[in-house]
Amino acid sequence: MSVHPGYLIALPMIAALVLAITNRWPRVRDAVSIVTAVLLFVGVCLLVAPVAAGARPDWILFAILPGIGLRFTVEPLGVLFALVASGLWIPTAIYAVGYMEANQEGHRARFAVCFALALAAAMGIAFAGNLVTLFLFYEALTLITYPLVTHHGDDAARRGGRVYLGLLLGTSIGLFLPAIVITWAVAGTVAFAPGGILDGSLAPAAAAGLYALYLFGVGKAALMPFHRWLPAAMVAPTPVSALLHAVAVVKAGVFVVLKITVYVFGLGYAGGFTEPMMWVAAVTVLGASIIALTRDNLKSRLAYSTISQLAYVVLGATLATTLGIVGGALHIVMHAAGKITLFFCAGAIYTAAHKTCVSELDGLGRAMPITFAAFAVAALSIVGLPPAGGTWSKWYLMLAAADAGHWVLIAVLAVSSLLSLGYLLDIPARAFFRPAPDRGTRLAEAPWTCLLPLCAPALLSILLFFMAGPIVVFVQAALPGS
Amino acid sequence: MIVSVLEQLPVLQVVLPLLAAPLCVILRRRSLAWALFVAITWVGLAISALLAGQVALGGPVTYALGGWNPPVGIAYRIDHFNAFVLVVVSGIAAVVAPYARASVMAEVPAERGYLFYALLLLLLAGLLGITITGDAFNLFVFLEISSLSSYALIAMGTSRRALMASFQYLIMGTIGATFLLIGIGLLYMMTGTLNMADLAERLPAVYGTSTVEAALAFIVIGASLKLALFPLHAWLPGAYGTAPSVVSAFLAATATKVAAYTLIRFLFTIFGVGFAFGTLPAGPVLGALAVAAMLYGSFAALFADDLKRLLAWSSVAQIGYIVLGVALATPAGLTAAILHLLNHGVIKGALFLAAGCLFWRLGSTRLTDLAGAARLMPWTCAAIVAAGLGLIGIPGTAGFITKWYLLVALLDSPVPWLVAVVLVTSLLAALYLGRVVEMLYFRAPSATAAESGEAPVSMLAATWVLVALNFAIGLHSAPAVKYAQAAAATLLGDAS
Repeated sequence: MSVHPGYLIALPMIAALVLAITNRWPRVRDAVSIVTAVLLFVGVCLLVAPVAAGARPDWILFAILPGIGLRFTVEPLGVLFALVASGLWIPTAIYAVGYMEANQEGHRARFAVCFALALAAAMGIAFAGNLVTLFLFYEALTLITYPLVTHHGDDAARRGGRVYLGLLLGTSIGLFLPAIVITWAVAGTVAFAPGGILDGSLAPAAAAGLYALYLFGVGKAALMPFHRWLPAAMVAPTPVSALLHAVAVVKAGVFVVLKITVYVFGLGYAGGFTEPMMWVAAVTVLGASIIALTRDNLKSRLAYSTISQLAYVVLGATLATTLGIVGGALHIVMHAAGKITLFFCAGAIYTAAHKTCVSELDGLGRAMPITFAAFAVAALSIVGLPPAGGTWSKWYLMLAAADAGHWVLIAVLAVSSLLSLGYLLDIPARAFFRPAPDRGTRLAEAPWTCLLPLCAPALLSILLFFMAGPIVVFVQAALPGS
Repeated sequence: MIVSVLEQLPVLQVVLPLLAAPLCVILRRRSLAWALFVAITWVGLAISALLAGQVALGGPVTYALGGWNPPVGIAYRIDHFNAFVLVVVSGIAAVVAPYARASVMAEVPAERGYLFYALLLLLLAGLLGITITGDAFNLFVFLEISSLSSYALIAMGTSRRALMASFQYLIMGTIGATFLLIGIGLLYMMTGTLNMADLAERLPAVYGTSTVEAALAFIVIGASLKLALFPLHAWLPGAYGTAPSVVSAFLAATATKVAAYTLIRFLFTIFGVGFAFGTLPAGPVLGALAVAAMLYGSFAALFADDLKRLLAWSSVAQIGYIVLGVALATPAGLTAAILHLLNHGVIKGALFLAAGCLFWRLGSTRLTDLAGAARLMPWTCAAIVAAGLGLIGIPGTAGFITKWYLLVALLDSPVPWLVAVVLVTSLLAALYLGRVVEMLYFRAPSATAAESGEAPVSMLAATWVLVALNFAIGLHSAPAVKYAQAAAATLLGDAS
């Protein structure tokens, strides 16, 4: 039994409509969000079995332009991204209820509606069958997350929103769109095909230029120097930062990078010219890690950590080998679970203790043990230590780098892991092992509606340690020579 | 009887609004005049649609006025290109008509209402006449009809600057029309005919003369003035900024498109691609001016302090898109230009209608007076955002379709680096629209505006019809594109 991806995109859209109508009954509205998330996840799960068996369902809804239709193709990378986004929406929906209530946030109907529509756009990106459909949902995601980023409506939100929209629209209109048009002009098609559509049509220098246009054009992958939108987006409420800027938006970016490498350029062909972008990714990995070390604001530190971790996936893509793609895809899953936990913790810390800076967290672990324990587990995953899932994605990436003979990259990955140890594990260490300053009030954990969804992805990180195998097999089916 | 009516459709297209105008004056009452206006525009749209269908099925339609055959008599000739433009013009008119009722009640003094509708009908007749005619001098006559009525309509704007803007447009517009007339006169002198198809046949014999070259120059300048192509655009911001909302919307969506039609018709059908773009440097000249228009218009829009002036400057930039497509003189480029006649008409129409809604409630379109309007008028401001996305060229909107074809055409041309200019224009559009969005959504409403509500349903509905059309074209552009491609082929292929 297979599900038409159109239903999976329509479901959150219909939910958005229902959410707008049920705003008068807040409990119903919150329940609709959570139920939709569950239904969406179940729907995506139904796609796993047929795709794992080798089916690649393909639908064209209507022609956007003559010769280019609104096309959906279901393949392993897309299903993986959809699973991550929809699966992690469930704890986020629960967390958002608690967080928005505890912080007395306003405009909750607008929030819920935009959130649902953002997930619909993410599903559209996951199942897009050609570059134009992908671009349509990609831009839709940028636009629908703008009201979420500027939710607070104050000056800081407005300024953050400007950087956010400016960088994302600037890169997509200025770089991504011309890349798509050039692809159309050169290849005569924009549909994704296993093995790529550009094979041999461009000289290596031109192909390298086109690849660079694509990778910089996908601003959501946050490659330096187009990364500033991610820390700027931290003005958003934490549920937004958690799902969208740890999972949906940024993972959409690196997913698009993987998809373009595999289905537009093709692995064999791409290997000849992806090296320049590989070094850009390497610089981003290190650069963002170093900046993260210097950030005292917790969300800002997590944002730069995200930039660094996203570059891991891009690194895997630019290695343009099966191992590289597998490592990158695996890292999408592992990083998502880990980072969303970290952001949930940051939100819980703000809600319970009103602390936003790392330097203020000394000794807080005694008052909020569960939060910081979850933080520690998720940090382990990001650093890449067992028994957390991140171990395996880092392992595969290093294996891919060694296989391709890029020893410098192994050093880059190793150094970055050490740096992440420094900027991430420092936090639970402070919280548990430093004495607490006199804070006056007694502090306790955040409400259970925040705590429960916080623990779930943390536990998932450990679970993923044991589930890496099946994921690898699933992804490899998409790649040639498997 | 049906057959005889169908045969007379071409002349009915022009005669109906032309006769309805004095009828409005006779009717005197504003509400009756409005009802007549709505009826005529809707019938006009039906006629345009039927004509477009006839052309699609059976090829070009010709009609000899009064039964006198060309080249002695005036002939109307409808091929894919002008059928397309006819549908655009009548379509916009049909959408603006229901909108006009509330808007005119607010902006035009009650005792002049019937005159306003009479002038609108004359304007419509003029625009449709320019589009449908196959005779060069007849085109000039209708151009004067439409121009004179638009001067009068703009002068009816509520602010005192409207009079000044109208006067400036009158001077510049008359100069433009005169240049056009001189050009047509020179052509008549060299060929002895005024019929467009006949001119196309007789001109090749006299291509080498400086008279014909001068004629082309005069005509291009005249048409460019009506088109508001840089640097002959000076009248546009004032005229669109101060005219009544209905007039701004209608003119922005149709008048410049018809001027573009005039330019394209003369360059491709009458003079022919080989002469205009091969022998004479129409391509580089128009291309350079188009690029200048795109950049200058976008930058000027960035610094505008009034919403309608901002949209007017944005129109100057968008006209650059159209002329760039024309300057490329390739099937892809011409398709992009023709498509943008439709797309920009829909998008700018929607934006000006929404601006009219804002003016209706808040009494001003100055950006500072619009602060926080989104809280008071959510649907209107949502329409501005949605149509604005079309201006930027976000996929799923009509603007994206134009941009796609323009970029494809540019990549194939000798000047692929102009792609950067198109993209910069889009980004600038995002910037100046971002300014408007921030003003509407992020500021607190001023005290006086605090108790306003939404605009009337008739105005909102008309605005949203165009917004919906924007998305419909953006998501399923195939019908429009196919028609535009056929039009481009006719223009480039056979010149008759």
